[in-house]
Amino acid sequence: MEGVKLLDFWVSPFGLRVRIALAEKGVEFEYKEENLAEKSELLVSANPVYKKIPVLIHDGKPVCESLIIVQYIDEAWSDKGPALLPKDPYQRAQARFWADFVDKKMYECGTRVWKSKGEAKEEAKKEFIDNMKLLEATLGDKPFFGGDVFGYMDISLIPFACWFYSYETEGSFSIEEACPKILEWVKRCKERESVSKFLPDPHKVHEFVLFLKKRFGIE
Amino acid sequence: MAVKLMGAWPSPFAVRARIALNLKSVDYEYQEEDFRNKSELLLKSNPVYKKIPVLLHDDKPICESMIIVSYIDEVWTDGPSLLPSDPYDRAIARFWAYYVDDKWFPALVEMAKAKTDEAKKEATEKVLEGLKLFEEAFEKCSKGKQFFNGENIGYLDVAIGCYLGLIKMADLMTGLNLLNDKTPLLAAWAERFCASKAVKDVMPDPERLLEFVKVMLAAQAAQ
Repeated sequence: MEGVKLLDFWVSPFGLRVRIALAEKGVEFEYKEENLAEKSELLVSANPVYKKIPVLIHDGKPVCESLIIVQYIDEAWSDKGPALLPKDPYQRAQARFWADFVDKKMYECGTRVWKSKGEAKEEAKKEFIDNMKLLEATLGDKPFFGGDVFGYMDISLIPFACWFYSYETEGSFSIEEACPKILEWVKRCKERESVSKFLPDPHKVHEFVLFLKKRFGIE
Repeated sequence: MAVKLMGAWPSPFAVRARIALNLKSVDYEYQEEDFRNKSELLLKSNPVYKKIPVLLHDDKPICESMIIVSYIDEVWTDGPSLLPSDPYDRAIARFWAYYVDDKWFPALVEMAKAKTDEAKKEATEKVLEGLKLFEEAFEKCSKGKQFFNGENIGYLDVAIGCYLGLIKMADLMTGLNLLNDKTPLLAAWAERFCASKAVKDVMPDPERLLEFVKVMLAAQAAQ
């Protein structure tokens, strides 16, 4: 089973990280959309521990967990395309730290913003904005999180940009108002083909969120 | 000193950093932190999480235990690498290191904190299932050698091994024998790991841990 196959779900920010990384490296891959309500045998056998997407299958061997997959892509195709992680060990540690921060804080908090109500919703919003402000401070005046070059940390965060509209609409707040520099960074990232090619339309993402709300019986 | 580590003796996360520094024979200054009274330096060096371990290298802070281990591996390149050279093997090591923190350790904590017999049983089963997964992973990763990383202790050995003090403590607490003949490779690896030069002086004593955890659980229950 040679070649590169990605088991994924169109709206998943974790899956998007992998699509973007593969594109940055110019790696051809076969995309397989998974039905998360009915997971394929291939997914379950490729990721028996978590049974989650994304899973990258390279020459028949599965790699799981989006950030681990991104590092794998960087290392397996080290001779192709730009390096995704910086060379300097301290810069690498910084990139890993902030990508890990995105992992810990972004998805879970963002989900609470659209899923919860009342006081829980307000708390989630405040936390979300605090996290975004911290990220904005980390970005500073640099074009990308790693400096002049788009890389690992940018890849870890940019997929969430297509979810911003959903968070804002469901939470009634403006990310642009709170963190204008982040929005500028988003625009800069979207100039890259790897990002503009894969990032779904934010309105479609919001439609999906509305679908989920209905499914979970949330007003 | 150029290298300083802020840690806490019971913390498996701090133990990871100490083992990695020992493996690379790095001279470092160790600062014990009290989680009830954190130093200015700690709060300044890790403003995001305010937690140990934090490695300071020429005054630059590195946070998050496995990120610290990777950093140590990448800076001190004399001596054996903590990760295998093949990208796929590296991905597998990173995956299990992620799993042990994400799923396995929380199950161990659940086991310690469980109030009902049923909850305890459930949590214990999760812990044992995880250990079985590590047994299989050891067989695949070690490729017949002594450690997950092969001939030398490495990234995944440190990621899982740091919890061995707590596993022994859990045995004392519950009367179980978590690493037993159902996971023979893992049990043998655990002994080798704990006996090794880089580990034996920094792995916390299970009895001392038991006292510490009892005090902590009581304090949490009182809140």
